[in-house]
Amino acid sequence: MKPTKLLWTPVRALWWRDVIRFLRQRNRIIGALATPLVFWLLVGSGFGPSFQNGGTGNPTYLVYFFPGIILLIMLFTAIFSTISVIEDRREGFLQGALVAPLSPAAIPLGKFLGGTTLAVLQALFFCLLAPLAGIHIGGIQVLLLLPALILAGFSMTGLGFLVAWPMDSTQGFHAIMNIFLMPLWMMSGALFPMPPGSGWLYWVGQLNPVSYCVSSIREALMMGRVGSSLSHYGLALFITALFGAATFGVSFYLVAYPRKK
Amino acid sequence: MITPAIIVRHCVKNYGERRALDGLNLEIKQGEIFCILGPNGGGKSTLFRILSTFIQPDEGSAEILGYDVVTSAAEVRARIGVVFQSPSLDPKLTVRENLLCSGALYGLQGKELEDRIQATIGTVQLSERLNDFVGDLSGGLQRRTEIAKCLLTSPEVLILDEPSTGLDPAARLDLWAALEQLRQEKKVTILCTTHIMDEAARADRVGILSAGKLVALGTPEELISALHGDVLRLSLRSGVDAFAQKINDHFGISAHVIEGEVRLEHPDAYALAARIAADFPNEITGLHIARPTLEDVFIARTGTLFAEQEVEPRVLHKKEKS
Repeated sequence: MKPTKLLWTPVRALWWRDVIRFLRQRNRIIGALATPLVFWLLVGSGFGPSFQNGGTGNPTYLVYFFPGIILLIMLFTAIFSTISVIEDRREGFLQGALVAPLSPAAIPLGKFLGGTTLAVLQALFFCLLAPLAGIHIGGIQVLLLLPALILAGFSMTGLGFLVAWPMDSTQGFHAIMNIFLMPLWMMSGALFPMPPGSGWLYWVGQLNPVSYCVSSIREALMMGRVGSSLSHYGLALFITALFGAATFGVSFYLVAYPRKK
Repeated sequence: MITPAIIVRHCVKNYGERRALDGLNLEIKQGEIFCILGPNGGGKSTLFRILSTFIQPDEGSAEILGYDVVTSAAEVRARIGVVFQSPSLDPKLTVRENLLCSGALYGLQGKELEDRIQATIGTVQLSERLNDFVGDLSGGLQRRTEIAKCLLTSPEVLILDEPSTGLDPAARLDLWAALEQLRQEKKVTILCTTHIMDEAARADRVGILSAGKLVALGTPEELISALHGDVLRLSLRSGVDAFAQKINDHFGISAHVIEGEVRLEHPDAYALAARIAADFPNEITGLHIARPTLEDVFIARTGTLFAEQEVEPRVLHKKEKS
């Protein structure tokens, strides 16, 4: 065997393993889809009557909330797919990957691509419900939506991986999820608008990279409606891409230069 | 000269205040089956993790087939097979899928990988179970799958961490038969950590690791025959320490108190037992004579029982015997 640092064959195997595992665990599919769906219907219907959007588009709350729920589905899927890393690398399959002659990029890349695939599939599945909310998805929307979903999925998996990799226990992951990941989502404009003039909320929204994931999905879905623009979409997509690249960069660093223990 | 399979030079590893490896030196020949025997906390797993390139030593170095485990980790990884204490298999995948995935981690794919799977699965006699989910297999079969997984890449050195954990005696015998066959047919060097005496007794050579140091090294027969004959254990009504002293004074034999019993070695343990019983008729409640085992070697070298060390790693230095 040649002592090369392998990349693509292992990446493909790690990606495939994540996808096949997911498809074999029906409760994971349901868990990642059903929770946000229930959330969307309950919160959406409850808030609906009192919802006032400053924008001129003036969509109903169920429509406003739709991109936010897509991102929540992606976040949940990404969390489910990365949380396994915690035990997997200590007493599971990943132990073997850690002593294989791999490039240090192989493990994060395999995991990121696996998580992204699952998140995008789940999001697309949920998009089938769009007509129920009165959102029409045509060719142009699909064209814009795909890159937005892929980059958002990549970033969400990245967030999950960054939290999971250094963790000793899944309990720790749940704590971080509640005090860090969920607030990032809530403060992203997913749940309520954070327009200029809303004071500190506005700035939190502007500085929160997750806002741009939601934005790019929202712009893609609403393209053609009043208030949406291709330049907003492009900017949001660009920042989402930067965010995804940053999470990958840090993940690579964590795997390539493990802390001395 | 043939390159040794494994060389460890003055390896030190600390975890905070605790020293897990304390200047360990070790050399293992190619084609050897070598067992590292020691209690939990003795440094076995640390050595395993260093040799499998998981962690780096704080001081000293280790080489596998001439490649440094730190500076040439990729070369080392391409030549070793690693069997972890907890299975590194995916229970949600079938045996075949696990092997496909693992082979891919080493760059194997397509027909070559398929051929190797067929070959290795035959070696570990799992051809019938190829499409079963790993999660449905018994512990013994999972171990065999694990070994098949390592063999896919034709390693020259196989490193196993407590491979018998969770196996019943029959599965353990199976495992060792497979390892011995591997050494014979493929000339694979095998390094195995264990805390099970019987397992260590099957190795070509044994190193006993206690508190991060090698306290004994040799073939099982050498280690056992270096003891001074058979082992005699005496149970008493009371006053074990005083009784041990009496034996020392009376017979000039060094006796020790281990777990509430007086313990000593003697070439003619039967005759000695008869004399002790005659000289101290009312004190002894039980008497046990046996051929020494590796456990006795451990006691002789560290002054403690194997099980005692598991709680708190320490070394009690015994008086040197003449």
